[in-house]
Amino acid sequence: MNEEIIREKNKEVAVRFENIGKTFFGTVVANKGVSFDLYKGEVLAVLGENGSGKTTLMNMLAGIYYPDEGQIYVGGKPVAIKTPKDAHALHIGMVHQHFKLVDIFTALQNIMLGLDKNKKFNAKKVRNEVQEICSRYGFEIDLNKKIYDMSVSEKQTLEIVKVLYCGADILILDEPTAVLTPQETDRLFGVIRNMRADGKSIIIITHKLAEVLEISDRVAILRKGEYVGAIETKDANQNILTEMMVGKKVELKIDRPKTEVKQPLLEIRNLGVKSDDGTLAIKDVSFYIRSGEILGVAGITGCGQKELCEAIAGLRPVVTGVITHKGENIIGLPPKTIIEKGISMSFIPEDRLGMGLCPSFSITDNMMLKTYDKSKFSLKNHAITDKDGKAVCFFKKVANGTASVINKLPCPFVDRKDARKRSVDLIKKLEIVTPSSETPVRRLSGGNVQKVLVGREIESSPNVIVTAYPVRGLDVNSAYAIYDILNEQKVKGTGILFVGEDLDVMLALCDKIMVLCHGKNMGIVHANKVTKEQLGLMMTGSLDLTEVKKEKNYGIAKDSNLTEVEWENAEKAAKEAKERGND
Amino acid sequence: MINIKKSGEPLFHISKRQELAKWKRILFTLAAVALSLIIGAVFCGIVSGNNPVYFFKHLFDGVFKTKRRFWTALRDMALLLGVAMALLPAFKMKFWNLGGNGQILMGALGTIICMKFLGGKMPDAVVNILMILTSIAAGIIWALIPALFKAFFKTNETLFTLMMNYIAVGIVSYFITKYSNSGSNNILPINKANLPVIGNEYLLTIIVVAVITLFMIFYFKFSKHGYEVSVVGESENTARYIGVSVKKVIIRTMALSGAICGIIGLLLVGSIDKTITVSTANNMGFTAIMVAWLANLNPVTMIIAALFITFVDKGMSTVRMQFSLTNNATTNIVLGFIYFFVIAVQFFIAYKINFSKKVVPGSKKSVKVAKNKKENAEHIGEDK
Repeated sequence: MNEEIIREKNKEVAVRFENIGKTFFGTVVANKGVSFDLYKGEVLAVLGENGSGKTTLMNMLAGIYYPDEGQIYVGGKPVAIKTPKDAHALHIGMVHQHFKLVDIFTALQNIMLGLDKNKKFNAKKVRNEVQEICSRYGFEIDLNKKIYDMSVSEKQTLEIVKVLYCGADILILDEPTAVLTPQETDRLFGVIRNMRADGKSIIIITHKLAEVLEISDRVAILRKGEYVGAIETKDANQNILTEMMVGKKVELKIDRPKTEVKQPLLEIRNLGVKSDDGTLAIKDVSFYIRSGEILGVAGITGCGQKELCEAIAGLRPVVTGVITHKGENIIGLPPKTIIEKGISMSFIPEDRLGMGLCPSFSITDNMMLKTYDKSKFSLKNHAITDKDGKAVCFFKKVANGTASVINKLPCPFVDRKDARKRSVDLIKKLEIVTPSSETPVRRLSGGNVQKVLVGREIESSPNVIVTAYPVRGLDVNSAYAIYDILNEQKVKGTGILFVGEDLDVMLALCDKIMVLCHGKNMGIVHANKVTKEQLGLMMTGSLDLTEVKKEKNYGIAKDSNLTEVEWENAEKAAKEAKERGND
Repeated sequence: MINIKKSGEPLFHISKRQELAKWKRILFTLAAVALSLIIGAVFCGIVSGNNPVYFFKHLFDGVFKTKRRFWTALRDMALLLGVAMALLPAFKMKFWNLGGNGQILMGALGTIICMKFLGGKMPDAVVNILMILTSIAAGIIWALIPALFKAFFKTNETLFTLMMNYIAVGIVSYFITKYSNSGSNNILPINKANLPVIGNEYLLTIIVVAVITLFMIFYFKFSKHGYEVSVVGESENTARYIGVSVKKVIIRTMALSGAICGIIGLLLVGSIDKTITVSTANNMGFTAIMVAWLANLNPVTMIIAALFITFVDKGMSTVRMQFSLTNNATTNIVLGFIYFFVIAVQFFIAYKINFSKKVVPGSKKSVKVAKNKKENAEHIGEDK
């Protein structure tokens, strides 16, 4: 009997999954034959790629789904968890990726919402009890604060407090660090350690390896819905975990090829853009992208990234400032003209299909989106040979003459043949998994949808690529494939604006990183000269390099395409044009 | 710790299927249609006291017994299909055009005005051309009013197009009162400047609608305009991003929609009725919505849907006569059965119901479950 088994025997099992299976859409297997244990007083990381069934499994424990097969045991007894209420009764609490709080209530009111409505409760008593929990585990929270005033990290803290107050002994945290800065993550981990010391069992769902190694005691790994195995964290490292997760060895290295530094391609000065609700989403932002460089944009979600991308693509009116491309102002140009100038945007929204793709169109039809109006008549020219008789010669001449006239006319038809050829090429080149080029993209998996989108943008050989969250929700292999594609473009001399989420990736991939905080530029740093912590401070606004190092003139290229005077004139012209527009 | 009883497990749960094979979807739909007709037969049998088996005989007689009935059915099917084709581009764009009736009526009004005031005063050919132009123009105008408001002020097109129907009815009834033949409240059929008769009196309508249908199939398959309509319907954001002017597409597409409705009005007055009433449109603006949706906005399937709905409609009038059911509503009830079943079957095409597998062995239920399991296994095998 080896050491591990002895130790496991000493531990009390909090939750046991036995042969759990769940199927969606008739044949999509989310979980199959999953069996493992969660011990009391441990932090278990459930690791797996996107679509490996982590969240589904945990949702079954939390009573949101019901397993098709298998049995869950809590505290040694078989249980049927049909609703979140059942889970609550079993002292299981889950903090979801998307918070479930009432915006106009205070923190305390939100906590009280979860109480048994048949019992009387006393706000004062609840407050004292909540405060006791906070001080025991080290939460910092203002119970009188309204939710709409809270930052993401505060909301998350509140969710955890709420779950604890309802008496949870088993906590499930679904991707808790996805929305946090490095500092906030550290604080969260401190709290988790306190809870573990108190005997609570904690399950963390994540796909960030560094965090798994830092916080967990044990790692359970899922791959394609099946349980691969568990490993003690102290025996694990990133390579082992990735191998278990992906099922084969993966080179976890992102290249940063050196390129020749050239003149700025896209220069943006003092940009101001409004968000949908009319507030300024981008405030006075200046930066530039050179050809052959990747400029990363870091920031907490919703700090104006979307608005910035849309402003560059011409989809959102600009309030102040100038955007120039190769020295020419592009503000006020229609999106089509901007695309024709070689500026491509691929914004991957959370639902992936919002902008840039039509979900029920086939891959071919999606390939045509940007080029459908370019199609022309292409009637063939009949070669006249010596063998042709006089009459044949005459008819051929007539046919050729008509053809050349028709070929000049605007063509009212789309050229699906050409698009089909291009999509077949793309499927081959990027290894897109699809039954055929005529399959609607909504039936492809997330990674393949993104490959179609990014692939199409690159296929039009742009000189500026604006890409937001291109690896959102992708498995490791697909994500690295996308990084390779971007690097390939960079070497070709394309300027790339990369709006990202994962700081580790951005530090490895980007040449420079611009940090946005509430729409303000916090400074632009070289990726090889900055630490994650520093970026974290900038993201929360505690470190503003544009204030600290004023003399550096962040975002202003020394070798700009325009002289200062020209910039001033451009700005004036833009302003006048806007005023004219307003009238 | 609270012990939750195992018996509390849910009896069944609903899950989404993978997309079914095409022939299976067709089979499901056909089964639904057959079932609804059987229920319709039983219903008619019960309320009239006749043998339900004869229901089917009469249903077929309604369309196939005489040559005249057959041609009338074919023409009415063509009209219905034409209206459905008119609504198709709007629906593809997710513009809910409920104003088909009004647009048809305005086209009809344009036609009758030409016939009444110009017929006989000019050569028929000239009047005919004017009729075509005015009816199309009237249909376009009636469709463009809501389209412009939608494009520029983002008004709700559903209510707007619906209300336009009532205005059209009002205008037509004003026209009828003002110009009705003395002694009656109607406009008597005008036999001047009718549209030319090709072959027999039904063929013109059928040919015109056939051309419209072919055009629509072609429009959505090959044309840039059709492609733009689909993009706008799929995602306005995407359309904006690739530089399609959403406003322009809305206006252009609704003009097309209105123009085709106008042509239907032209056919109704110029070739079929030769007069106008407030119910000239015969509610086809709404029935056509059913045609379009039953066919899932697929122009080819829409032909089948229009054929079928017309078949039941015509057949039911004979059934009613033979069963001496004077109540007009019976037709609608039977059509209602069909709509209900065909729409309900979509649920079973998209989802399946999983019964709980944990049952006492040997019980009736367990046998059923085992059978289900076997079927499921076969089912999966087929899919592969």
